[in-house]
Amino acid sequence: MEQADLQRLFDSKIEQEIRIEPKDWMPEAYRKTNLRQISQHAHSEVVGMLPEANWITRAPSLRRKVALLAKVQDEAGHGLYLYSAAETLGTSRDEMMDDLNSGKAKYSSIFNYPTLNWADIGAIGWLVDGAAITNQVALCRTSYGPYARAMVRICKEESFHQRQGYEIMMSMAFGTPQQKQMAQDALNRWWWPALMMFGPNDSESTHSQQSLDWKIKRVSNDDLRQEFVDKSIPQVEYLGLTLPDPDLKWNEERGHYDFGSIDWEEFYRVVSGNGPCNKERLQARNKAHNEGAWVREAAMAFAEKRQTNVA
Amino acid sequence: MNSKNWPLFEVFIRSKNGLSHKHVGSLHAADPAMALENARDVYCRRNEGVSIWVVPSDHITASDPGDAEELYEPARDKIYRHPTFYTIPDEIGHM
Repeated sequence: MEQADLQRLFDSKIEQEIRIEPKDWMPEAYRKTNLRQISQHAHSEVVGMLPEANWITRAPSLRRKVALLAKVQDEAGHGLYLYSAAETLGTSRDEMMDDLNSGKAKYSSIFNYPTLNWADIGAIGWLVDGAAITNQVALCRTSYGPYARAMVRICKEESFHQRQGYEIMMSMAFGTPQQKQMAQDALNRWWWPALMMFGPNDSESTHSQQSLDWKIKRVSNDDLRQEFVDKSIPQVEYLGLTLPDPDLKWNEERGHYDFGSIDWEEFYRVVSGNGPCNKERLQARNKAHNEGAWVREAAMAFAEKRQTNVA
Repeated sequence: MNSKNWPLFEVFIRSKNGLSHKHVGSLHAADPAMALENARDVYCRRNEGVSIWVVPSDHITASDPGDAEELYEPARDKIYRHPTFYTIPDEIGHM
């Protein structure tokens, strides 16, 4: 088929909501955009384990500990689903790992903030996973088949993450005054970074329109952020906590909450590597990768040896 | 450092007896036994299955989307292969 015919076939599939599958022809820029987005998403799942793993040994009860262990294990699985989806676009797991560990690849900036105390684990499950779910539910209809399937699986598993986080927040917000204060402090620190997870404002987002046209993105950054704010406010009120935003108020006309503007300078500072924990996260990643190298090699050598013996 | 990638395996899960195995995803492992163990950890954490198949991905032969026309078009105009092509009087009832 001619290039123009292939392009027409691709465009008509996008138009008719027919998913693009790995062996189908696709424009090079579509492939690259998906590869960048899916691998960044995978890296976020993997780096996302670090701030939470910090608290597994110090969870306040066995119930909290098994939940947190299960959540962190889920994140590893989510990373794997997404790496597999990215690999269908013609890259290898090793290349992606190298890009993450060298600092070349990006991951969600939210994981460059520290988890200072137990309330942070509640706030992360509730707000960070909550924001991720808002984004991921929309991505279940993304146009690249393997990415959409990974999202469906992830969304099914993610709902418990948010609920366990909110349960932690409830225990603390309804606990002693000190516990309530810790919950409020965690909310204060995580609220704005959670809103930043949706990315730059639509007016500033360079790739957004093309991604929406290709139906890689289904809903714009600002619309998703608004949805998250609207959903979160009753949850904050139930806890008897307040949001660190003096501009927050219900807008009858729009039927949505208005909220203050985001500190984008902070966002870009953290994205470009100067957040509180960027270095620590990459160090931990590299340490795990390097110290596990002999295990990966030994497993491969053992498998090869066994195969030779059988043959 | 030896940077040889572990091979890729495709994972198929039977969700319960009576249903066929269905493709759920893929993973890397050094050998089939490790692929099975990893498949259990990654794809069966919530009672998703009662049986797992793992198949080395490079053992799968797949059709080419470019051949879609010659593979599937001929079936499209053979409507006489469907029961609704044949008229049976109402008084006969369900057939």
